[in-house]
Amino acid sequence: MPGFDLQLLLHGQYHDWLLAGLLVSLKLAALTIACALPLAVVIALLRLSPWRPLQWLGATYVEVIRNVPLIAHLLFWYFGAPELLPDAVKERLYAGSYEFVAAAIALTLYATAFMAENIRSGIRAIPAVQLEAARALGLGFLLAMRRVVLPQALRITVPPLLSQVIILWNDTSIATVIGVGEMMYQAARVESAAFHSVEAFAFVTAAYLAGSLALTAVAAWIHRRWPVRTL
Amino acid sequence: MIDLVQTYWVYFLIGQYPQGPLGGVAATVLLAALALLLAMPVGLLLGLARVSSVAALRRPVTVVAYVIRGIPLLLMVFWIYFYLPTVTGHKTDQFSTMLIALVVFDGVYLGEIVRAGIQGVPKGQYEAARALGLGHGRAMRRVILPQALRSMLPSLVNQFVSTIKATSLGYIIGLTEASFIATQVNSQVFVHPTAVYLLLSLMYFILCFGLSRVALAIERRQARRDLPRPARSPGSPTASAASNA
Amino acid sequence: MIQFSKVNKWYGQYHALVDIDETIAQGEVVVVCGPSGSGKSTLIRTINRLEAIESGTIAIDGEDIHRPGADLNRLRSRIGFVFQQFNLFPHLTVLQNCTLAPIEVGGARPAQAHEKAMALLDRVGLAHKAHAWPAELSGGQQQRVAIARALAMEPPVMLFDEPTSALDPEMVGEVLLVMQGLVRDGMTLVVVTHEMGFARDVAHRVLFMDQGRILERAEPHDFFEHPQHPRAQQFLADIRTPFARPA
Repeated sequence: MPGFDLQLLLHGQYHDWLLAGLLVSLKLAALTIACALPLAVVIALLRLSPWRPLQWLGATYVEVIRNVPLIAHLLFWYFGAPELLPDAVKERLYAGSYEFVAAAIALTLYATAFMAENIRSGIRAIPAVQLEAARALGLGFLLAMRRVVLPQALRITVPPLLSQVIILWNDTSIATVIGVGEMMYQAARVESAAFHSVEAFAFVTAAYLAGSLALTAVAAWIHRRWPVRTL
Repeated sequence: MIDLVQTYWVYFLIGQYPQGPLGGVAATVLLAALALLLAMPVGLLLGLARVSSVAALRRPVTVVAYVIRGIPLLLMVFWIYFYLPTVTGHKTDQFSTMLIALVVFDGVYLGEIVRAGIQGVPKGQYEAARALGLGHGRAMRRVILPQALRSMLPSLVNQFVSTIKATSLGYIIGLTEASFIATQVNSQVFVHPTAVYLLLSLMYFILCFGLSRVALAIERRQARRDLPRPARSPGSPTASAASNA
Repeated sequence: MIQFSKVNKWYGQYHALVDIDETIAQGEVVVVCGPSGSGKSTLIRTINRLEAIESGTIAIDGEDIHRPGADLNRLRSRIGFVFQQFNLFPHLTVLQNCTLAPIEVGGARPAQAHEKAMALLDRVGLAHKAHAWPAELSGGQQQRVAIARALAMEPPVMLFDEPTSALDPEMVGEVLLVMQGLVRDGMTLVVVTHEMGFARDVAHRVLFMDQGRILERAEPHDFFEHPQHPRAQQFLADIRTPFARPA
């Protein structure tokens, strides 16, 4: 294997490609998290609500989305969904960079399903008697949730949620399948353009690792700073 | 949609077999099953190493686990696909590439499941076994692991579901698994992408949802048979430690 | 039989066992009591090294069990230990729980182990449950099986760590009855318990502990009627009349 050429990464065209890819990956991840989190709270609340139809809605969403791989989601939103739109709209979509939008939609829906479950588990982990005890003291439902249940639930929920964010960060790589110019796409591009591409893959590996380890460190810090206190 | 199914269902299920390699849904399931099977001994060893009191065993394995889980599966697939041939001298076909990548990934995640399973067995069990005079190895083998493995079963099935979904990455390197076949069908038919990809999703849903129901049933049956245990924390074995590929 | 010499144990900064010197002779029945946190469970758990000690020696028939090179498994198989939480193995039947150690550690043949285990289960009154699963048994039944399991290796001494504390009141009696049977058969017992009736009727000696120290050693009658140490007096007063506190 030819020697590792660090210069490749620091200057020149390949460097630009990889850097652009990193930015796209970051943008995609950030956008997805921003959209998925509130949506996940909604779905979690649907499942926890006392009305059967709402519960069913939330549960169906989670099960349908979760049991289909991300690639199928991406393929559907990029190739399948526009077909349902009128031709003029469809053409405009494909003329612009629809692949990024499609990826964002697919990733958001996908991540939402998993995050909703994390949130739901976190809230359910607090024994019902906690709410009872708070109500028995005279607190209203919302106040009891806000001051007694949710603070405890939050501490339990944050670590799995952060794990989910790490998974999401790694999942942005799959958007390459519909042509989004994120890191994997660029690395493959370098691979077919250059003679060797260890440097490109090493760059991508380092970028993903840095993100994941940074998030892991944040999770550990949060756990130390705000530990879960149970009886 | 019905004619789509009627025309292509065989191709979708088994690919070009026997005129070509096994493909489609069959390839998906075969790849996932094989990968999980091969990953089990790996997972067992890694899990045991993670709970070991020997730091020289525990620390490297912990580092490896963090690294593997910190990079996308697709990246691992690319590394293997592009660079294993230069190391071994043979060109690796797509199936083997995916298989190796999945075994490594599943091995690490199974290791986590094994670790959680072992740590989920109440501490008193180990003490009781040692108090009877059983050495560490025998205590693990006859008392801890049987209980741990039993509690891990739902997580194992969930990991199988994750693996089935992960096989879809083979599409990107040209493996003729279900998603790849679907796209081929789509390029032939051309005018019904919605239907094609909905059907693809439906297939995955039936497979994965079905299996996860099985996992749930196993978990329920176990809860009835077991001795009363302390309340499950979110870090329990059945909280999926799996990736979501 | 069991000899503590200048035994000290720390949990970090906390001095859990302070200069323990004590001898328990063969055939003796010793009850260890005291307020919670006094170190009595820690004490009994150091005997079979479920807890480590920082200084001193604990000799079982002359052999120091805490010596680094000690044959821990062999020594442990000669000490029976009954836990507060029973800790039966849920994946094995009652009979299998009792034959596991004799076969794996004692090298007995399955048929032999089977026979002896059945005899032991009969002795604790549970021969008819031999093929049941632990989850199907009540707490009192599980604890009796735990006793049979500990007896299976024919240890010369049995240790009980609060054997009835996790039981509903109506099941305490059946377990104490079994323990009395062991005493009648001449077994050496060390029991950590809150059951003062058992201490008074069955024990040869009572050790009172508080804050890691053995503060009083006496025969049951002397201990309960004429406690010497002020902490012991306080403890007995608290037990007898929990509601009548001085103003």
